Amino acid sequence: MDKSLQSEGKSFNVQQMIESNKKKTSIGEKIERIIPTLLFLCAAVSVVTTVGILFTFLRESIGFFSDVSIIDFYTGSQWSPWSGEFGVAPLIGGTLLITLIATIVAVPLGLMSAIFLSEYASDKARRVIKPVLEVLAGIPTVVYGYFALTFVTPMFQFFLPDLGIFNALSGGFVVGIMILPMVASLSEDAMNSVPNALREAAYGLGSTKLEVVVKVVLPAAFSGIVASIVLAISRAIGETMIVTIAAGATPNLTLNPTESIQTMTAFIVQAATGDTSFGSTIYYSLYAVGMTLFVFTLVMNLIAQYISRKFREEY
Amino acid sequence: MLGQKERHIKKRMEGRVIINRLMMVLFGVATAIGLIFLVLLFYRVLTQGIGYLNWDYLSNFPAPYPEEAGIYAGLIGSIMLMVIVAIFSVMVGVGSAIYLEEYAPKNRMTEFIRINIQNLAGVPSIVFGLLGLTFFVYLFSFGYTLIAGGLTMALLILPVIIVAAQEAVRSVPAEMKEASYGMGATKWQTISRVILPAAVPGILTGTIIALSRAIGETAPLIIVGAAAAIYTLPESLLAKYTVMPIQIYNWTSRPAEEWQFVAGAGIIVLLVVLLLMNSIAVWIRNKYQHRL
Amino acid sequence: MSEVMVKKKNNTVNKASKREENSFGLQKEKANHIIEVNDLNLWYGSDQALYEVNMDVPEKQVTAIIGPSGCGKSTFLKTLNRMVEMVPVVKTSGSIKYRDQEIFNRKYKQEYLRTKVGMVFQKPNPFPKSVYDNVAYGPRIHGIKKKEILDQIVEKSLKGAAIWDELKDRLHENAYGLSGGQQQRVCIARALAVEPDVILMDEPTSALDPISTAKVEELVQELKEKYSIIIVTHNMQQAARISDKTAFFLNGELIEFADTDHLFQNPQDKRTEDYITGRFG
Repeated sequence: MDKSLQSEGKSFNVQQMIESNKKKTSIGEKIERIIPTLLFLCAAVSVVTTVGILFTFLRESIGFFSDVSIIDFYTGSQWSPWSGEFGVAPLIGGTLLITLIATIVAVPLGLMSAIFLSEYASDKARRVIKPVLEVLAGIPTVVYGYFALTFVTPMFQFFLPDLGIFNALSGGFVVGIMILPMVASLSEDAMNSVPNALREAAYGLGSTKLEVVVKVVLPAAFSGIVASIVLAISRAIGETMIVTIAAGATPNLTLNPTESIQTMTAFIVQAATGDTSFGSTIYYSLYAVGMTLFVFTLVMNLIAQYISRKFREEY
Repeated sequence: MLGQKERHIKKRMEGRVIINRLMMVLFGVATAIGLIFLVLLFYRVLTQGIGYLNWDYLSNFPAPYPEEAGIYAGLIGSIMLMVIVAIFSVMVGVGSAIYLEEYAPKNRMTEFIRINIQNLAGVPSIVFGLLGLTFFVYLFSFGYTLIAGGLTMALLILPVIIVAAQEAVRSVPAEMKEASYGMGATKWQTISRVILPAAVPGILTGTIIALSRAIGETAPLIIVGAAAAIYTLPESLLAKYTVMPIQIYNWTSRPAEEWQFVAGAGIIVLLVVLLLMNSIAVWIRNKYQHRL
Repeated sequence: MSEVMVKKKNNTVNKASKREENSFGLQKEKANHIIEVNDLNLWYGSDQALYEVNMDVPEKQVTAIIGPSGCGKSTFLKTLNRMVEMVPVVKTSGSIKYRDQEIFNRKYKQEYLRTKVGMVFQKPNPFPKSVYDNVAYGPRIHGIKKKEILDQIVEKSLKGAAIWDELKDRLHENAYGLSGGQQQRVCIARALAVEPDVILMDEPTSALDPISTAKVEELVQELKEKYSIIIVTHNMQQAARISDKTAFFLNGELIEFADTDHLFQNPQDKRTEDYITGRFG
C-alpha cells in the first residue's frame, strides 16, 4: 500500500469519530423508539375511518329510526320522504334494476373480451388493447353520466321512441360499460394464471381453441371470474353520478327498464343537494339509506374476497 | 363401414373448426364494443364541447349565461383540493405502508388492519361523503369548506395509496436492506435512507394514479357541500370552493342544450388534466423501472 | 513468504486434533483470537441449522469457510454479525465473543457490532446512489457529516479497495452503471469506510467473472494486513489460494478447522477428505 494512504490513515480514525458521535445517538435512539408508534398511528387512521363510518351510520340511523320505525322502513313500498313515506323498497329496487341491467351488459361483454384477450389475441394485441380498455375504468363517472344523458338515451330513443329522458335503461347500460373493464381485466388475469400445461394437454387430444376455453380454461379460472363479477356488481351498486344524472329521481318499484327510477345513491345526492335541514327526518334518512347501501356493498366485497382467497389456494 | 365412420369424424371436425372460428369473431366483436364506446365517448365529448373551449372559458367564473360561463373556479379549486388530498393521504398512506411492511408484528391486529384496508377500498365513494358530512362538516364544524372536502377525499383514496406504497416498499430488494443493516444502520436509518428513496418512484406513480381518481370524483363532494355557484377563489382552508366535476354535473343537469356544450368543454378540460397526470405517472414508471 | 513456509512446516508436523493444533504451532495467533465461538447452535424455527460449533478466528488473517451448499456456512457467517437474526424465527444458543465481549448479550448493540464486523455480500449490492454516497453511507449514518472528512474517507476506502484509480473521476455517477466486479469492490470500499476490525465475505466472487474474481482475491490478500477476514466460498481452489485457515462445514457441523495447507494436504476427517477430493459437493 502506498505511503500517502498510510499517513492519511494516521490523521484520523473513523471508529474513534463514530465513538465520539455516540453521545448524539441518544436522540437517534429516541427517534428510533418513537417512529414505530407514529407509523402505527398512520396505519390506525384506516381503522379509525372504518370505525367512523360505522359510528356515523349507527348514530344517525338511530336518530332516523326513532322517527320512522325500522319495520316500516324495510317493508314499506312507498318512498316519498317529503310527504313522510319512508319505505325503502323502491330505492333498493331501483338500485337492483340498474345493477341487473349493468350486469347483463358487462358480464357477457367482459367475459368475451377476457377470453379474446387471454386466448385468441396475440401478445402484441393484448398489450395494446388491455390498457386501452382499462382507460374506460379511469373515466370520471360524471363524464359517463353526461354521455348517458346526452348520447345513449337519444340513441335508445331512436329504437324506442317512447323512452323518457330519464330511464333505468341507459343509466344501467352505461354503468355496465363502466364496470366492463373490471370484469374483463380481472377475468383475464384469472385466465392467464391457468397453467399452460392444462391447455397443452387438451390441445394434445385434438381440441379446438374454443373447446379448450370452455372445457379447460373457464372451469380452471372459474372462481377468479366469479370474484371479478361480484366486485363489478359491488361497484355498480355503489355507483352514483351516472344514475343520478341519467336514471331520474322517481322512486319507483318496477322491473321496466324504460321507466324513470331512483337508486339509493341518487336519493342521497338528491337529499344532500336539496333543502334538507340538519336534524330533520330527511337528513337522517340519508344515513339509513347509506347504511343499507353500505351493507349491500360490504357483503359483495366479502363474498369476492372469500372467493378469491379460496382461488389463491388452488394454485 | 370404416370409411363411413372416418367421414363422419371428418365432418364433425369441420363443424368444430367452423364453430371455433365463429366464436373467435364473436369474442373479437365483444372486445371491440368496449373500445367503440370509448371512442364514441371521446368523439361525443369533443364535438359537443370544443366549440365552447377557449381562453375565456378557462378564465371565467361560473355565470348564468352559457356564453359567459367558465371553468376557472373549478380548475383552480380542483388543483387546490388535490394539494390538500396529496399532503394528507401521502403522509398517512406512506406511514401506514412502512408500518405494515417493516414494523408490524405478525398478529391479529396487523391482519385486521390489512383486511380493513382491503374493505375500505371497496366502500362506495358516496359513503365517504356521508362520513365527511358527519365528522368534518358537522362534528368538527368545518362547514362546507375546502378542508372538509380535502380530508374526505384523502380518506377516500387512502387505501389506494397504502396499497401502492406497500408494493413500492416491498419491491426494494432485500440485498439493499441487508447492505444497510450490515453497515450498522438502525431500522429507521435503513428505512429513511435506503428503502424510501428507492421506493419513491413507485409511491409517486401510485399517488398520481390515486389522485387522478380523486380529481374526477363527484358524489362525495356533493355530499360535503362543494358548491356550484362560486365567484371567488378560495382564500383559506375554511373557504367555500368548487371543483371541475361539480361544475360539469351542474351544467349537465340544466335543461337548455347550450349548457351541454358548456359541460362538454368542462369534460375536455377534466380529461386533459387526467391525461396529463397519467402521462406523468407512466413517465416516472418507465424512467425508474429499469433501475431496480 | 518465509512465514508461510514456517507455518507449512508446523502443519505437516502437527497431526493432532484441531483444538490442540491451535495451541501447538501458532501460539502467536492464539493470543489474538478476534472472535471466539463456543457451542453455537442455531435453529430456523424448529429446523436446526448449526450444531455445537466451536471456532476461534485469528486476527489479521484470512479464514475461509467451505462446504457443500446448505451446510450452514453462510448461516454461520451471518451469525457473526447477527445479520442472521433478520429472519424472525431464528433462535440461537451458545456464545460468540468479539474481543472478549459476548455479542449475544442483551446490552451489546447489534449496530455497534456491525460497525466493527463489516460484511460484503454474495451479490454486489450497491445502493442506487452515486459511488461517493455509497461509500460515505456508513460514516454518515454514524454521524460523520463534515465534507472534508467524508472526502478523505471515500478516497481512502476506494484506495483500500483498489478501485480509486478506476473511479476517481466517476465518483458522482450512479453505482448501478458500474460493472459487476467494480460494484463488488465499491461494496468492499463501503464496508471499509467505517474501518471495521473484521470483514465477513459471503461468497463475494460467486457472481463475478474470472478477471474480477482475481482482482477481488488479490484485494483480500492486501486487506489482511489491516483486517481480519472471514470468507465463505464454494470454491475450494479459492480457499486454498487466499486463506490462512480453513473451516469445513457439513450439515451444520464444523467438521474440521485447520491451517489451510494442512487441511487440504492432510485432512484429519474422512468427510473432509471426501469433500476436497470431490467425492461429493
